This record gives sequence, C-alpha cells and structure tokens, in this order.
Amino acid sequence: MIAHLSKRLGYYALLLALAVVISYVLSSLALSPRGYFEGRQPPPPPEAIDTQLTALGINDRTPLWERFGNWLGHALHGDLGRTLDSSDVGTEFGRRIGVSLRLLLAGTLLGTVGGVLLGTWGAVRQYRFSDRAVTLFAFLLLSTPTFLLAVLLKVGAIRTNQAVGHELITFTGEKTPGLTGSLPTLFGDRAVHLLLPTLAIALGTAAAYSRYQRGTMLDVLGSDFLRTARAKGLRRRTAVLRHGLRTALVPMSTFFAYGFLTLFTGAAFTEKVFGWHGMGAWFVDAVGKGDINSVVAVNVFAAVMVLLAGFLADVLHAALDPRVRTS
Amino acid sequence: MNRVARRRFVRNPHAVLGASLLLLLFLLAFAGPFLTHWSHTDIDYTALRQPPSVEHWFGTNSIGQDLYAQVLRGLQKSLLIGLLVALFATVLASFAGACAGYFGGWADRLTTLLIDLLLVFPAFLIIAIVSPRLRSASWLVLVGLLAAFGWMLTARVVRSMTRSLKERDFVRAARLMGVHPLRIVVRHILPNVASFLIVDATIAVGGAVMSETGLSYFGFGVQPPDVSLGTLIADGTGAAVTYPWMFFFAAGLLVVFVLAVNFLGDGLRDALDPTSDRARGRRTKRAPGRRERAARRPSHPVEQGHPAPEGTAGA
Repeated sequence: MIAHLSKRLGYYALLLALAVVISYVLSSLALSPRGYFEGRQPPPPPEAIDTQLTALGINDRTPLWERFGNWLGHALHGDLGRTLDSSDVGTEFGRRIGVSLRLLLAGTLLGTVGGVLLGTWGAVRQYRFSDRAVTLFAFLLLSTPTFLLAVLLKVGAIRTNQAVGHELITFTGEKTPGLTGSLPTLFGDRAVHLLLPTLAIALGTAAAYSRYQRGTMLDVLGSDFLRTARAKGLRRRTAVLRHGLRTALVPMSTFFAYGFLTLFTGAAFTEKVFGWHGMGAWFVDAVGKGDINSVVAVNVFAAVMVLLAGFLADVLHAALDPRVRTS
Repeated sequence: MNRVARRRFVRNPHAVLGASLLLLLFLLAFAGPFLTHWSHTDIDYTALRQPPSVEHWFGTNSIGQDLYAQVLRGLQKSLLIGLLVALFATVLASFAGACAGYFGGWADRLTTLLIDLLLVFPAFLIIAIVSPRLRSASWLVLVGLLAAFGWMLTARVVRSMTRSLKERDFVRAARLMGVHPLRIVVRHILPNVASFLIVDATIAVGGAVMSETGLSYFGFGVQPPDVSLGTLIADGTGAAVTYPWMFFFAAGLLVVFVLAVNFLGDGLRDALDPTSDRARGRRTKRAPGRRERAARRPSHPVEQGHPAPEGTAGA
C-alpha cells in the first residue's frame, strides 16, 4: 500500500513539473503585459515600460528560457514574483484564498450534505413521484450553467427588493463597505451578502451529488448484505442508513475529495457575478491584463489541487474499502 | 439500435421528450430565420430597446438589432459548436483509448501520461490564457480547443473497456487469424464500445455548449462579430432586470437545449446500456459497469459548465 502510494506520488511530481513548464511557456507566449502598460493613459515612454517589465521578470525581449529559469529559481525559494501592480503574488494568494473559502465553504457543505440526502431518498423511493420530482429538478439545475443560475438569483433578488421597497437582500461583495456597529450587526451583514452566492453554489452542487448518490445507492440497495441486515431483524430505515448509506458513500469519496480541494481554486463565475475578489476572479482579471506571474501562480496552484485531490481520493478509497487494500 | 433498445427508448418519456425538443430546436435554429425579414446584422434605428412586438418578435437590443434573428443565429452557432466538439472529442477519445488499451506498452504509457497531464490543466484556464491570441481567429479554433480538452475522460473509459475486450475470444481469434491490429481496433473493438460512445457523445454536446457559453460570458469564447448564445447572454446580463427580453430568450433557449440533450443522453443510456439504473431494476445483483464509473473521475470544476460536485464551481 505504502509502496503503491509513493509510486503515485512520484508520478504526480512528474505531472506537476510538466504542468509548471507548460503553464509558464503558454502564458508567456499568449499574454501581452506590454500591451497593458502601453494602453495606460497617458502612455509611459517605451524605456520606462521596458524597465518595469524587466523588473517584473516578464519582459518579452528577454529570451523565454532565461525568464523561466529566473522565475523558477525564485519560485523554488517560495517567491512567486510580483503582479503587474507590483504587489507580492504570495501575499495576494493568501488574501484571495481566504475570500474564496469564505464564499464557497457554506455552499459546498450545504450542497454536499443536501445532495447525498436527496440522492439516498430518491434511490429508496425509486420511480415514485418524489424521486421523479427530485430527478427532474436536478436535471434542470444541471442544465443551467452556474453563471446563468447566479444571474437569475440576482434578478430575483432585485425584483424582491423592488417589491419590498428597500434593500432586503444585498448581494454585491462580501460586506457593506464602511458599515460599523456591533459584532452581531457586522456578522448579520456578511450573512446576508452570503445568501445568494451560497444558494447558487449549493443548488448546483446538490444537483450533481444527488445524481451520483442515487446511482451508488441503487447499486447497494440490491445487495445481499442489506438483505441479511433486514433478515436479522433490522428495520428498513436502520438497515438502509447504517449499512446501505455507509457503503454507498465509499465510491463518493472521490467526488468529495475533488469537491473540497477545489474550494481553494475558487469559483470564477460566482465570484464575478456577485463581486467577490477571490481566486477565480483574480485569474479572470489577470488574463485580461496579461499579468503573467499571477496567471502562472493560479494555474500551478489549480494543478496542485487537482493532483492532491486525486491522491486524497486514492487514500480515502483505500482507507474506506478493505478490498482495495488487499488487492 | 436493435429492437429491444428501440422499444426501451420509445417507452422512456424523458428520452422522447429530449429527442423531440432537440428536433424542434434544430428546426427553429435553421428554418426560423426565414420567417423574418430581419437578419442578425440589420439595425433598425427606429426601434432601440423595444420589447417584443409584431415587428420584432423577441424585441430589439440597445443598438436596434432584431433579437429574434440574433438569438437564432446564436443558437445555430452554439448547436454547431456543441455538435462539432462532441464529434471531434469522441473520435479522438475512441482512437486514443482503444489504441492505448489494445497495444499496451509505450503507447499506453504515453497516452495515459497525456490524459493525466491534460486533466491536471483545467481546460477553462488554458483556453482563457490562449484567448487573447484568438481574437481574430475563427470560431473553429475554439471548437478545436474545446475538443482537445474534452476527450480525456472518455478515452480513459474506452481504454479500460478495450483492455477487457482484448481478452475476449473473438478478438483473440481475429488476432490469431492474422488480422491487422488497426483493423481489429476498428472492426472489433470500437463497435463493442459504440453504445457507450453514443451516450457519451450526446452528453458531451451539452457539456460543450455549456463550456462555450461560460467562456463567451467572460469574453474568452466566441468573438464578435460572431454571436453565440454565450455572447448574447453576456450582452444581456446587465439588462436582465430592466429589459428582460434581451436576456431571457437566449438564456431560456440555452437551458432548454442542454436539458433536452441531457434527457436524450439519459434515455439512450437506459436503452443501450443494460447495466444502467433503469434497465437494472433494484433487485438484481450489482452488474458490471463499475469499472467504467470508477474510471470517470470528476474533471476540474472550472473546466465545464458546472458538472460534478465541484459543480460549485462551474467555477
């Protein structure tokens, strides 16, 4: 088992190295930070732009391999370079991850638990009206892109506010700027701001999980061990929840691993629609500006998270399913 | 499709609904434009931001373009993008997966490495990075990119299916008779994974359209003067409250289209795959097909519309 996991770790290291090289080269070739500076009003003199670009290590007149070597040397010592506005990429990182986490945590938790429960319920009541209703609703949500769902929620909130006559639901940013008051007021303000994004995330997540969970649960419901549990006198509810649900959650561990690690990579659409400055929004803005250092940092970080999730899924699977360990 | 499968398909209300909706949407997209004299580039200076009327069925936008013509034009483009991406991605996936599974050795190792590497890169991020260079390129480049990042999961499943097919007697017999390996792949392996590929390609159409609209929403996808459902939704978002017709026609068609595709895919799976939920029934023992499911890791969140748990994400 240990040997197997360490072999996988080596493979992941290879993938990561390739990912770093490719993201750097691709970003450097495709993005044009020079254009960003040239587009400023008033346009700075070309020499000043050159100096600035060289200072940031992204001057397109320096050979690519030299830039990459330079960047890599610093990155290996934990220095990810500077953004176009000359702030430290590492510091920006910490701030952005915090924002994304605050945005996504509640929605993801809610969506995961809700999806698993709905999926289990649907499987137990297969083909009854409630199962069909949940399925239809899940399909509808799965066919709505996140950005569309977010915009629809926003429109709904604006309509509600207009109907009520004052700003009942606020949805722009993390909090009301400049708001002062006691701790409960500030906390309440943040909670209201979280309402719509959390709903957008939870609905999408729950729809996806409910489909997967329904499938794995149906596999389990027909199994011999569940019949044995019933035969030895357990009530149906106890048998399904204690023995069935637990087993059905094992294959779901892969999805949980990906779901929770991608919390950190943020949610570009939700962040942009609701005006949160998290990881996803950072990436979209950085591509727009041609901020190579930030783009590479986010890209490599996303790759690390995907690999880590894969590794975590392997470990979880082995921990939960004895058959994997022995084979 | 054999008779049993056809009967199962026809009896599935979701599948029939999905197929009919798709047919209607195709009719609307390709025959609909002939019902009006406005083209998607015409500008009616006498009607700016007008609500739906007899003259402009879906209303007009802020520069006086007819939204009916625009939305249908966008629908055409989105349908084409979805179909082409699914086609290219499935062809690529079936060949890469079947060859890797059948030949094994270095071909297998290289393909697996490539699959894993591409999965590590979220497609959304890569296409976004490359997009500034695509401003002037045709939308076909976007199709190529979406297909290049959309084949890996399918290929993984095809690979694992091929590895078990390879041990079956009919493949072994063909090999011993001296049939050329490529011919074995094309004539014996691929037809046996065809039902999976059909279902997968159907669902991929919906996924591709969602990716396209997502990218276009940020301006990374289809570039003006081309219009797609994504660019129309992006343009209409700001006006969703004040001038709802600029937003809701495009948004509604998008959801209906993806929903129809998902229904059709689900119905096809029930009809073609004897191990799927509906065909399996509750009382039977666990059927095979677990491996296929296990091989399908959820992809990166940002890469697709929203699928998977990471769904959150839709990024």
